[in-house]
Amino acid sequence: MGIRVDSSKCTGCGICEKTCPFGAISIEDRKKEHPRFKRIAVISSACALCGACVEACPFKAISIKKEEQKPSEDLTLYKGVWVIAEMAEGDFHGVTFELLGKGRGLAEKRNTYLGCVLLGNGIADKAGELISAGADRVISCDDAIFKDFYDTAFVETIAAMIKEHKPEIVLLGATACGRGIASRISGRLKCGLTADCTGLDIDSNGFLVQTRPAFGGNIMAEILSGNTRPQMATVRHKVFKPLAADPAKKGEVIDFPLPGGIELNMSIRDFVKDVTQRVNIADADIIVSGGRGVGSQEGFKVIENLAGTLGGAVGASRGAVDAGWIPYSHQVGQTGRTVCPKLYIACGISGAIQHLVGMQSSDVIVAINKDSQAPIFQVADYGIVADLFRVLPVLIKEIEQSRR
Amino acid sequence: MNFIVCVKQVPGTTDVKINPETNTLVREGVEAVVNPFDLYAVEEAVAWKEKLGGNVTALSMGPPQAAEALKETLAVGVDDSVLLSDRNFGGSDTLATSYTLARAIKKIGAYDMILCGYQAIDGDTAQVGPGIAEELGIPCVTYVKKIREIKDGLVTLERMLETGFQVIEVKLPVIITVVKDINTPRLPSLRGKMKARKAEIPVWTAADIACEMDRVGQPGSPTWVRKVFAPPRKTSGRILSGEIEQQAKELREELKRLQLI
Repeated sequence: MGIRVDSSKCTGCGICEKTCPFGAISIEDRKKEHPRFKRIAVISSACALCGACVEACPFKAISIKKEEQKPSEDLTLYKGVWVIAEMAEGDFHGVTFELLGKGRGLAEKRNTYLGCVLLGNGIADKAGELISAGADRVISCDDAIFKDFYDTAFVETIAAMIKEHKPEIVLLGATACGRGIASRISGRLKCGLTADCTGLDIDSNGFLVQTRPAFGGNIMAEILSGNTRPQMATVRHKVFKPLAADPAKKGEVIDFPLPGGIELNMSIRDFVKDVTQRVNIADADIIVSGGRGVGSQEGFKVIENLAGTLGGAVGASRGAVDAGWIPYSHQVGQTGRTVCPKLYIACGISGAIQHLVGMQSSDVIVAINKDSQAPIFQVADYGIVADLFRVLPVLIKEIEQSRR
Repeated sequence: MNFIVCVKQVPGTTDVKINPETNTLVREGVEAVVNPFDLYAVEEAVAWKEKLGGNVTALSMGPPQAAEALKETLAVGVDDSVLLSDRNFGGSDTLATSYTLARAIKKIGAYDMILCGYQAIDGDTAQVGPGIAEELGIPCVTYVKKIREIKDGLVTLERMLETGFQVIEVKLPVIITVVKDINTPRLPSLRGKMKARKAEIPVWTAADIACEMDRVGQPGSPTWVRKVFAPPRKTSGRILSGEIEQQAKELREELKRLQLI
C-alpha cells in the first residue's frame, strides 16, 4: 500500500485516528520499535488512500505515494462523451436529458462530440429528441430484446458499442437499472466507475473529475479514473439541468447491429406498478414528509393533502414506516431512499441523523415541529415551531387562496 | 442449497462529521457496525436454509477487526465464515473488491445463491453485487424485495424499481442484492452468541485465493480518491414567528419568491 507513517515524526497524538472516515487508523503500542514515543499510528487495509489524515497530521508524519499505473493501451484513441439513454414506458427518463445537458459542456471542454446510446424496441423516431437535447451522434440499436429491461442485453450491447467506438467518458443515470448495468459494464471493460456523482468536470490533464457524496452526504470526495478508458460515472436524477431543446440542431444516427449470442439468463414474468405512490419520491420536485409526530395512518391524510396541493410526493421517516402508517417505498433516509427535491417539507420529523443524510441535499428545507430543539431545524431553511395539525390546514388554505 | 452472504463492516453513521471551524473530518469513537442492508441478506439466507436445508457461509473483506462483523452473523444462524484480510487489499475500489470477493467465492466453491445488501451505507455505490456477478459470469438481480419461491433450480423473486416491481424467474446459481423490505432480521439467540464468541474466523490472504496481484488493492483499482472535503454548508435557517396564520403566509410568500410553488 502506498501510505506510510514516518515513525520518527509520529507522536501517537491520535488526531489522524479521529479524522479517518474509514476507521482505518488505530494508535498502537510500539514501544519496542520506537523508544522515544510509546505509541504510533497504524494504518489498516480499510484505508482508501483518501488523504484526509495526511492533511490533518500536525507533524507531517503521514505520506501517500501513489504507485504509478501505466495505461495498458493508447488512451488518445478514445474520443467522445457518451450518455446512455434510459427509457421508461416508451418515454425517456428525465435523467437522460440532464446527462446530455452536462455531457454537452464536458464534450466542449474536451473538444469532442457528444454521443448518446439509444437501445429500445421501435425507437426509430426517438433519436431526434436526443439530438435536440444536445447529442451530436446517436448510436442506436432497435430490437425486440430491449422491450423489457434485461440487464444482460443492455450490458452486452453497450459493452460492444464501447469497444468499437471507444468513447472516453460514459455517463448513466443512477437509477435502479442504470446502477446495475454500469457496474457490469465497468467490470467487463475493467475501467473505473464512480457512483452517484453530484459534480463532473474536466481537470488540466483532461481527466474527468467526479465529485460524489459519501457517508450519506456527510463528506464529499473527488474521484479520478484517468488511467483507464472509458471513465464511467452514474449521476442521480435532478442533479444536473437539461438544455433547452433545439429542434434545429443537426446530428448523425448510427445504427449498431445487435451483438450475436446474447443469452437472457432470466425471464421477467410480470411488472407490478406501485399504485400507492401518486408521485415517485425519487423523481419528485416537492416532497412533503411525515414522521412520528403525525401519530397515525389517519394523520397522514393531512400530509397527503399538502402534497396534493403542491403537486408533490409523500415521504416518511423510518419511525412512521416502522409504525405501519405508510409503506416502506415512501421512506426517506439511510435505510430508505436518498432524495434531493427542490423543496422538502418535514412535518413532525425530529431529524435523526439517519433521516438527515437522506434529505439534507434538498434545495430548500422547511421543518414543522412542536419541539424547538429538534435537530431537523439545524438543516432547515425555514422552521415553524408548532403542531403540524394546526399549521398544515392553514398553510394549505393560504396556498389555495393565493392561487385564486 | 448453499448460500454465500457478503457482508461489510462500516463505521456507524453518526461517527462521521465535519468540524465546521477547521473544515476537517472528525470521527468520534471507533464503533463499527455490520452494514444494515447486509443483515437483511444474512436473514434471508438463514431463513431459506432453515426451510430447504443446506449451508450459509458469510464472507467479508476488511481489516482484522472485521472478524467482529462475521461473528455477528454467526450469532444469527450463519454456519461458516471467512475473512479476507491482507494489506495488499488496501485502497481497493469497487472493481478490485468485486474481483477479490469473486476469487474467494470460487475457492468456497459450491454455491447456489449469493446474497448482498443492495449497497453499503458508507460508500452507497451499489456496485459490488453486480461486479461480483460479472466476475463470476452468473446472473444478478438487484434490489430484491421478496424471494417468492426456490424450486427445481429456479428462483422466483420480486425486484424493486422506482415505479413498481418486476417478477423475475432466474436459474441458479444467481447473485441477488436485497432491500430492507425483504424481511425483519432476527436477534441473536443466547446459543448463537455463545457460538459466535467461541468461533475462530479463518483469514484468507491474496495468496490463499490465488489473486492476480495487479487486480487487487490500489493497483487493481482504476478509480482513486483525490481528496475529501466538507460539503458546502447551508446558510443557517430562519425560524418564523408570529401567529400560525402569519407564519403560513410568510412561508407561502417565501416559497413563491423562490419560485418553488
